[in-house]
Parts: sequence; C-alpha cells; structure tokens
Amino acid sequence: MKEAGQLDVTAMIFDHVGDSYYWHLTDIGETSVSAPLPVLVYSEHTGWHAFSSSHFHHGHEAYEGLAIAPEGSAYAGKIIEVATGERPLFDASITKNVAGLLIASVLLCLMVIGAARWYRKKDVTAPVPKGFVGTMEMMVSYIYNDVIKANVPEHTARYTPYLLTVFFFIFLTNLLGLIPGSANITGNIAVTVTLALFTFVITNIFGTKAYWQEVFWNKELPAWLRPLMAVIEFISLFTKPFSLTIRLFANILAGHCALLGVISVVFLTAVSMPGGGNYGMSVVSVLLAIFLDMLEVLVAFIQAFVFTMLSSIYIGLSQAHHHE
Amino acid sequence: MSLLVPESGLFIWMLLAFGAVFFILAKFGWPVITGMVDERARYIDEGVSKAKEAGEKLEKVQQDTERMLQEAQSRQSEILEEAARMKQDIIAKAREEATVAAQKVMEDARQQIQAEKENAVRDIRRQVGELSVEIAEKVLRHSLSTDEAQMDYVNRLLDEVENRAQ
Repeated sequence: MKEAGQLDVTAMIFDHVGDSYYWHLTDIGETSVSAPLPVLVYSEHTGWHAFSSSHFHHGHEAYEGLAIAPEGSAYAGKIIEVATGERPLFDASITKNVAGLLIASVLLCLMVIGAARWYRKKDVTAPVPKGFVGTMEMMVSYIYNDVIKANVPEHTARYTPYLLTVFFFIFLTNLLGLIPGSANITGNIAVTVTLALFTFVITNIFGTKAYWQEVFWNKELPAWLRPLMAVIEFISLFTKPFSLTIRLFANILAGHCALLGVISVVFLTAVSMPGGGNYGMSVVSVLLAIFLDMLEVLVAFIQAFVFTMLSSIYIGLSQAHHHE
Repeated sequence: MSLLVPESGLFIWMLLAFGAVFFILAKFGWPVITGMVDERARYIDEGVSKAKEAGEKLEKVQQDTERMLQEAQSRQSEILEEAARMKQDIIAKAREEATVAAQKVMEDARQQIQAEKENAVRDIRRQVGELSVEIAEKVLRHSLSTDEAQMDYVNRLLDEVENRAQ
C-alpha cells in the first residue's frame, strides 16, 4: 500500500481527470493549494443547500447534513447525505468541471463575437484579416467549406451555427484541458453525452420523409430484408450518438491518463526508486511527455474535427430526398 | 466506475452552457463570419471571371488591331502597285501620242513637199515650153529658108510629138 513520501500514481491521475468540489491547483509541501467552489444541492429530505465547498474542509467535515464520501465508498469524492449515506436527489454544484465549462463557454463567446466584430466593420473588399481574426477565419472556412457544405448540401444555413459551435467548443475545451491544473471537460462523459444528444436531436427533429423511410422501410432493399434492416437502422439511430459520446470522452480521457502516467514516471524514477533514482530514465520520460503533449494537441483538433464531421454526415443523411 | 456514469449536475450545466453558447453564437457570431466567407468567395469568383473576360476582350482587341494593320499594309501595297501601273500607262500613252503626232507632221511635210515639187515641175514645164517656143521661133526664123529643110524639120517635130504622146 501507499507509503509516506511515495507517489500514489492512480490517485494522482484520478484526481486530475475526475471531477471535484475544489479546483486543485498544486501542492506546496504538504499543503494543498486549491480554490473552493460553490456547492448547490437539492435534497428530497432537507431541501436546497447552497454554500462554499470550503465548509467541507477537504472532506474532513460535514456541513448542513452533507459530506463528501470518503475514498473506497460507492460515491467516493461525491457529496452524500450524512443521514442516509446516499447521493442527494440533485447535485448542481459548480464543480471543477462546471467551472471550467463555464469559463470555456464565456471564452468561446468572446472569441467568436470578437472575431465577428471585425466583419461587422468591414465589407467584402477589405483585405483578408490577419492575426487572431485571420486564424478564426481560416478554421471557420475550413470547417464550413470542407466539412459542413460537403456533407450538408441542403439547408446548410440552418445547421452551420450548430456544427461550428460544436467544433470550436470541443476544440477549445480539448486545448484548455491540456493546460496543467485545468478541468478535464471533454474527458467527462456527461459533457460528451450532452453534445451527442444535441446532434441526435438536431439530426432527427428535421429528418425528411425520405430519411425516415430509409430507416424503417428502405425500398431499395428486397422486401424480405426490409423488416430486419428496420430493426438494425432503428438501433443505429441510438448507436450513432452513443459512439460520438464514447469516442470523444475515451480519446481525451485516455490521452490525459497516458500523459499523466508518463509524467509520473519522471518522479517515480527520479525520486521514488530505492538507491537514489534513475535520472536518465527521467530525461526520457520528459521527452516522451513533451511528445505526448504535442500529440494531444493534434488529438484535440482531430477529435473536434471527427465529432463535427460525423455530426454533419448524420445531419446530411437526415436531409435525404428521393431521387426519382 | 464513476468515470463512466454521467453526473446529472454536470449534464444540466453542460446543457445550459452549451445551449447558451450555441444560441448566442448562432445569433451574433457565426452568421456574420460565414456570411463574409461566402461573400468573399463569391467576390473572388466574380473577380476571376471578370479578369478572364477582360483577358478575352484584350485578346480580341489585339487580334482586331493586327488584322487592321495587315489590311492597311495590303491596301498600301495595292495602292502603290496601282500607282506604278498608272505611271507606266501614262508614259506609254504619251509615247504613242507623240509617235502619232510625229508621223502626222512628217506626213504633212511629205505632202507639202510633194505639192511644192509638183508646182515646181509645173512651173518648170511652163517655162521650158515658153523657152522652147521662143527658141523654136528664133531657130525657125533663121534656118527654115529652104523648103526641104522646112519639111524635114516639120517631120522631125511630128515624130517627137508622137513619141512624147506615147
């Protein structure tokens, strides 16, 4: 088990990729430097609670009948009711991930509206923008022309805002997640499942008659195959958002875990090894960590791109028309 | 495992936050940018097609100019050729006229000379006749003293007249 001075890699990794009621920044010696966050809980027994997470004293104390479940229990790290030992009915606390999410949302709005301001002031004869606005335009036109227009040739204007928001939201949160000490937003399944649900709803709510016919009674198939395909197609309506959810979540989470694991090797080899440690191995680990970090920047883009690409393909399919 | 179970709290916050971002950006952000991207693409397309048109026009103008230049050159050489031909015609005609005039002058001269000659001959004849009659009178008066001689002389004269009449 864990010894004093020994690095608990598993706990460290889970602390980084998981959610928390504190924003843990760093440790100085034995003191943990972290920012408390607001707790907002509704319990069916005791009603609404709203207070700072500092009242928990890092899980050592209970407050207003609520406490953070200790490690090893079923709800480890989550708020439980002291009386019942169960989760409260509704926990809408501003956790680390929620705070990161809100920061990313505000940042994204500022970035895009800031870029849009440039266009409001200029007309078409103005030279192409440089710097930040130029970068935004480069990415917007890439996604817009090569992904959205290519996959959603009809009603493009209706779906463009959603698809661009999805791309930039995922890309930005992926990149923010790579900053040490930041929240792991897209590596959280609640976030990706929401995004996938948006795609699912937007895809199916405007689905054309031809699209539903292809799903439930595809006339291009032989008659005996149609009922079977209807079942498969119906299931695939739900596997599509499911795969979107898991792909993004798992890629980002795995990337973070791998990166944290490699960084841990630096300390394990340099500090924790008996007989002084192996500094050569630490150098290799640092180089590997830098490489993995670069790779994660690439993954941040690729996953945002893939999510947007697949969403636009699903939407494009839902706009099918019979070519007769 | 807690990582695989979506937290309802975060889910709600994500729904709200993403929904709000989507709404705000769909209303104030993306349409401005994509509108400009589209407009610029159209503007560039137009520019390209206009440049192409202008290029075609320029080429046409150049071809026209060249054609006109060639026409002018051929016309010039035609005119020069005609001028040369006209010059030769004029010279030839003048020469012919001069020849004709010269011939006429010579003909006139010849006729005049002929007339003069005839006049002169006629004059001489008359003078010769008068002279001969005079001479004959003188001779006759002097030598026709005998009858025989008179008869001989008359005969001889008759012969002469006869010869001349033949």
